[in-house]
Amino acid sequence: MSIRVSNIDKRFGDFVALDKVTLDFPTGELVALLGPSGCGKTTLLRIIAGLESADAGRVLLDGEDASGTHVRERQVGFVFQHYALFRHMTVFDNVAFGMRMKPRAQRPSEKQIRAKVHELLNLVQLDWLADRFPAQLSGGQRQRIALARALAVEPRVLLLDEPFGALDAKVRKELRRWLRKLHDELHITSIFVTHDQEEALEVADRVVLMNRGRVEQVGAPEEVYRRPATPFVYGFLGSVNLFHGRVDGEAVRVGEDVLPPDVLTHEAGTFDHGAEVVAFARPHELDIVVDAGATAGVAARVSRILAFGVTARVELDGVNGTNGQHFEVELTRDQVAALGLAEGQAVRLVPSRLKVFERETAGAGAGAAA
Amino acid sequence: MDGETYREEPLMSGAVAMQWSGAGDSAARFETKAATREAPLVKWLIIGLSLSFFAVFLLMPLVAVLVEALRKGWETYLTALLDPDALSAVKLTLIAAVIAVPLNLVFGVAAAWAIAKFEFRGKHFLITLIDLPFSVSPVIAGLIYVLVFGAQGWLGPWLYEHDIRIIFAVPGIVLATVFVTFPFVARELIPLMEAQGKEEEEAAVVLGANGWQTFWHVTLPNIKWGLMYGVILTNARAMGEFGAVSVVSGHIRGETNTLPLHVEILYNEYQFAAAFAVASLLAMLALVTLGLKTWVEHRAAAAHNENQDGTS
Amino acid sequence: MNAPARSFRVLPGFRLTLGYTLAYLSLIVLVPLAAVFLKTFTLTFDQFWAVVTAPRVVASYKLSFGMSLLAAAINAVFGLMLAWALVRYRFPGKKLIDALVDLPFALPTAVAGIALTALYAKNGWIGQLLEPLGIQVAFKPLGVLVALVFIGLPFVVRTVQPILEDLDTELEEAAASLGAVRWQIFRHVILPVLLPALLTGFALAFARAVGEYGSVIFIAGNIPMVSEITPLMIITKLEQYDYTGATAIAVVMLMFSFTLLLVINGLQAWTAKRTGRNR
Repeated sequence: MSIRVSNIDKRFGDFVALDKVTLDFPTGELVALLGPSGCGKTTLLRIIAGLESADAGRVLLDGEDASGTHVRERQVGFVFQHYALFRHMTVFDNVAFGMRMKPRAQRPSEKQIRAKVHELLNLVQLDWLADRFPAQLSGGQRQRIALARALAVEPRVLLLDEPFGALDAKVRKELRRWLRKLHDELHITSIFVTHDQEEALEVADRVVLMNRGRVEQVGAPEEVYRRPATPFVYGFLGSVNLFHGRVDGEAVRVGEDVLPPDVLTHEAGTFDHGAEVVAFARPHELDIVVDAGATAGVAARVSRILAFGVTARVELDGVNGTNGQHFEVELTRDQVAALGLAEGQAVRLVPSRLKVFERETAGAGAGAAA
Repeated sequence: MDGETYREEPLMSGAVAMQWSGAGDSAARFETKAATREAPLVKWLIIGLSLSFFAVFLLMPLVAVLVEALRKGWETYLTALLDPDALSAVKLTLIAAVIAVPLNLVFGVAAAWAIAKFEFRGKHFLITLIDLPFSVSPVIAGLIYVLVFGAQGWLGPWLYEHDIRIIFAVPGIVLATVFVTFPFVARELIPLMEAQGKEEEEAAVVLGANGWQTFWHVTLPNIKWGLMYGVILTNARAMGEFGAVSVVSGHIRGETNTLPLHVEILYNEYQFAAAFAVASLLAMLALVTLGLKTWVEHRAAAAHNENQDGTS
Repeated sequence: MNAPARSFRVLPGFRLTLGYTLAYLSLIVLVPLAAVFLKTFTLTFDQFWAVVTAPRVVASYKLSFGMSLLAAAINAVFGLMLAWALVRYRFPGKKLIDALVDLPFALPTAVAGIALTALYAKNGWIGQLLEPLGIQVAFKPLGVLVALVFIGLPFVVRTVQPILEDLDTELEEAAASLGAVRWQIFRHVILPVLLPALLTGFALAFARAVGEYGSVIFIAGNIPMVSEITPLMIITKLEQYDYTGATAIAVVMLMFSFTLLLVINGLQAWTAKRTGRNR
């Protein structure tokens, strides 16, 4: 089933949780709502479910306006952040709950219910836990039971609120793969909320990036990571280096240094001469030049070299026009060895690729840059 | 990791907060650490002083009731209890409790549902109002009903015309009992239901349950211990109330005497052994109440701990 | 086009339960209480003043308030000590004592009243020990104090106990590592955390004591100007069919109770703030 939300507004007192949000969720896709806490992603999910009402705007399920439909009738499966398993019921009773609550005329027989519950428990590979109580399960098991319970009512869409948020790192990775696999089997339109970019990029077909109640960008994981549309997205998806500068013809001037025009990804003429801009580069998009005579790039001083992984990380402090700023460069260990870097050494940073944004719009993103 | 950690009952005004701690002994935590224990002398001084105080002010009155009751032997004891007036007092006490407890139980659940599961303006004020009967002297609790229903009260003339008796009759006793036990269930359930949040109820609704199903299958099992706790306290107070009932009763023997009033009458007539015999019945009720209360605390703590297992 | 969505609540029963709550509350509590205030308006202010400041009534205020304050203070000291012992020490019979602390809540006040009277009468277990010392408790103002101490104790213990249990041992360890001795730790680290709860317990015990009737009247002797408590004055007026007089005194007591209720609410907010416990 397809979901469309249009012009959704939601306020809590003075706080704007959602600001004219319009989105399409095509049938059968697994979509991630990604953003920092307080960006409105959970509120949007709850509005789609019917657990919260929007101040304005509409929710269309399969083209039909569902704004007036009670959550009971929406046929959505909702997996709560803390699972909300009924603690006084066994796993079996939890999963059977939705079927048993149906009006007598529509209610399956107890035999059918039992068959269905076991089918679902097999699906989540936890049939052997049917008689346990939620308190006796691990976090990952609870998560899967919550999912089985939501699927028991044959929902038209599956909504998951921070499905892996309360789990430890190892279980989280496992469950991620498992959820993706499950979705490939079931093909049920699913939306999950997360603040973990790695999770969103790894699991989802499409990622919706949200910030401050607005949608920043929608796209396939590859696309949003490669081509961030806004400074916020740039900063939110991975580490980033910032260069505050001023447009000088084709190039960008940072303090006394100049960033070469050939690496800038914006089209010529986008910015006025002298416009204040911020240029973004990922750590692997910077090269370190040790040649004392070099003039290209931005001057910096090596402060620390962290070479314990496959890739090495070099931390640098800005000098000249970038005093007080910090940079991070990712190199292979061989490259570090070849350069013969030492802490305190003066070098120049030469970007291989730079994305430029105007200063004002960049302000919001720079704050969130990791 | 469960997001909401369970809090022991928050303090509210009026009577006293109960706590679910019962189960474990926290003392070990303090006694085994060098920085959190006192010198043995100080420790035993504190224990000695506080236990002496406890013995003199709490234990001795309890023992005194039982000893005085049997001072003149079992025969006198049983005669006092089987006296027709005593039996009718037992009956009236039971009637008052049987009406007051369910009324305040339904009220408590309704109030806790509205307050714990929804947001609205004036919530805290409402909680304060619910607590009000605890801060009113029992004598005044009786007086207010005399002012409304008494011969000279607002409804007095009308009631007289229709030959309805409330004051100096059973309905007045029931009303006064309802008033003094008004907040017990509500104050027990409100913090409990607030702490539990509404995620489970929401989950039930998403799964298609209607309001009644949600309450019956999801909410009620989660609050049953708190509910029982509230009922035990309500019942104890309902059966033991003296001041408020005394004002509206009229002390008509065999008709409007509850057990505590019967104790008073016997005592004032210098039938001390009989008075203490009836009092011992009420003291036993108190002990049963405390026993049940401790048991419920224990069960609630156990249920709570169970729900905490395996979270991490 | 942008029609505002219908606002609704997901969980059902809000109107029903809130409506029932308000109706029941009004019927049982608010309307009858309002009767007290309306009844007072049948008096002129001078008449009202004459009733509530009659010498016998004033003597009852002094007794009720004085003894209630004293009883609450005694309870604050011993209640804290008892709570401390129950939380911090292991000793035989502790669980039983912990359960029995609530006895004054569970024991009907009339029973407590006659039991205390029997104990403190001249031939009672405690009375006969005090008699040679020239101390008389039963049928004297001191008797009132004893009864009020009895009924107030659990309030202090049960408000302080959970806070004591919640205390992080690390606080004390930190203080000890900084060189504080045990008494200093208690005085500067523990007591400030306990203080709001202790005051709340004190105020609760005080409020209860002022309104208490059942346990006091048996032991007090009820001698006019000497050992009559204020609630008894209301009863006395009622027995003389002086409804307006009884109501006037009730209004004074109610005003006092409501003020105390506000103070207690404030104290509890303070407790919550101090200890991070949410209401």
